[in-house]
Amino acid sequence: MALLELDGVDARYGRVQVLHGVSLSVADEEVVAVLGGNGAGKTTTLRAISGLVAQSGEIRFGDQRIGGSAPERVARLGIAHVPEGRGIFGELSVRDNLRLGAYLRRKGFAESYERVRGYFPWLEQRGEQQAGTLSGGEQQMLALARALMARPRLLLLDEPSLGLAPIVVRELFRIVGELNEREGLAVLVVEQNAKLALRSSSRAYVLETGRVAIEGPSGELAENESVRKAYLGY
Amino acid sequence: MTEFAQQVVAGLASGSIYATLALAIVIIYRSTGVVNFAQGELATFTTFIAWTLVEHGVGYWGAFALTVLIAFGGGVALERVVVRPVERGPVLTVVILTIGLFIMLGGLSNWIWKAEVRSFPPNRPFPTSTWDLGGVAISKQDVGILGVTLGLVLLLYLLFQHTKIGLALRAAALNPAASRLVGVRVGWMLALGWGLAAAIGAVAGLFTAAASPPLDPNMMRPILIYAFAAAVLGGLESPVGAIIGGLTVGVLLNLVVTYDSHVHLELDRLRLPIAFLVILTVLLVRPGGLLGRVAVRRV
Repeated sequence: MALLELDGVDARYGRVQVLHGVSLSVADEEVVAVLGGNGAGKTTTLRAISGLVAQSGEIRFGDQRIGGSAPERVARLGIAHVPEGRGIFGELSVRDNLRLGAYLRRKGFAESYERVRGYFPWLEQRGEQQAGTLSGGEQQMLALARALMARPRLLLLDEPSLGLAPIVVRELFRIVGELNEREGLAVLVVEQNAKLALRSSSRAYVLETGRVAIEGPSGELAENESVRKAYLGY
Repeated sequence: MTEFAQQVVAGLASGSIYATLALAIVIIYRSTGVVNFAQGELATFTTFIAWTLVEHGVGYWGAFALTVLIAFGGGVALERVVVRPVERGPVLTVVILTIGLFIMLGGLSNWIWKAEVRSFPPNRPFPTSTWDLGGVAISKQDVGILGVTLGLVLLLYLLFQHTKIGLALRAAALNPAASRLVGVRVGWMLALGWGLAAAIGAVAGLFTAAASPPLDPNMMRPILIYAFAAAVLGGLESPVGAIIGGLTVGVLLNLVVTYDSHVHLELDRLRLPIAFLVILTVLLVRPGGLLGRVAVRRV
């Protein structure tokens, strides 16, 4: 059964319609990638799921309809969204950022923290540091760590590789892969870096001007002529 | 020298009232980026509630505590009902709304409790005697008011820095969208900010009445201007800045008036313009105030 399912989702910013009937699904414990050029509607798809943009159509998470829900309710149901630009609180300490990640959990901060620290050991020494003074890669790691503090069932990742050095990007995707394998975390990742995204996911969707143009297993998409030409560059 | 010290002490006492109202202004400014012009009238309104409670036989400090609670609830309700519809609108809309609230609450106070002055509090809430400190007379009331102000700041500090709800309040002010993604109900955080500000403002109103009785429906009008000067001087975003600003403005105004007793220029009448001069000078010379940051916006 699908954990997340979008069925004919339209979304608009004011008068401009950005998504036109997008349908996609993420199964339990699955990593799914969304590819596409600038302005294809990748970020908007994630924002529609989180309730950050007005949308119509059907969005289901588990057995709940979440279309039109406020972001705080979507978060409560177990979807953690690492937004474009990371959305960390630069003025707050690293530790306070992590505390906010666990905001919805009544207790169990220590336990969540212990687990997250296993993936990001460096967080321990940097707890008191102001998050805005971390390097770009560290900020992206912190954003991911904060999302994990909520113990989500589904992780939404928006362009995690943006502006980061290749070695940091590889490390990031290694951790995401590990989370998926070890803990069965389902992931919906939006990426410009198609090669990496296809390698890290089991299925993928390609968006073009707000519509799903191609979908299929990532391995097949990587072999697909038009995907290769348009997104992989060879 | 003794005279100077005496006037500084007196200035600190009135300054702590400005500081308290400035603190209320800063709390709403931090979470919404809007200066609440109705803060003073809200304080007057709640002080009249305290008067009504005392009239009905409640003891002064009991009425004080009840009023602070009522003000908190009222502030939350006001945000949810009146401010919320325009919350996402332009800042100017919200500012105009608070000016509307200023007029409405002022009118309501005058309508419900009539524009006559009343004696309130019934008895002095603090002892009227003074301590003598090397020739400087320090009134116990002044110390009491200053003490409550500092206690309030300490409580707020603990709330904002050491509780989960305080962390959520700060997060909501810093980055509303990211806060919603981690599950913080930003709308309620704004309401909570209004509630806290109204409660703190109520303390300012109650102490204004206590420091210069009788109770008068227009008593907070000048205080609001001094509180603005204090908040701007402190940097508008900093609670500690608001306190330092309030005490500074209090001492400054008091010294000007004292100096006037030698030159007889009736500078006392210029208290409000002097407060405006402080606002103007800070905005021109150091827009970030003493402790605030200057917001740099990328266009």
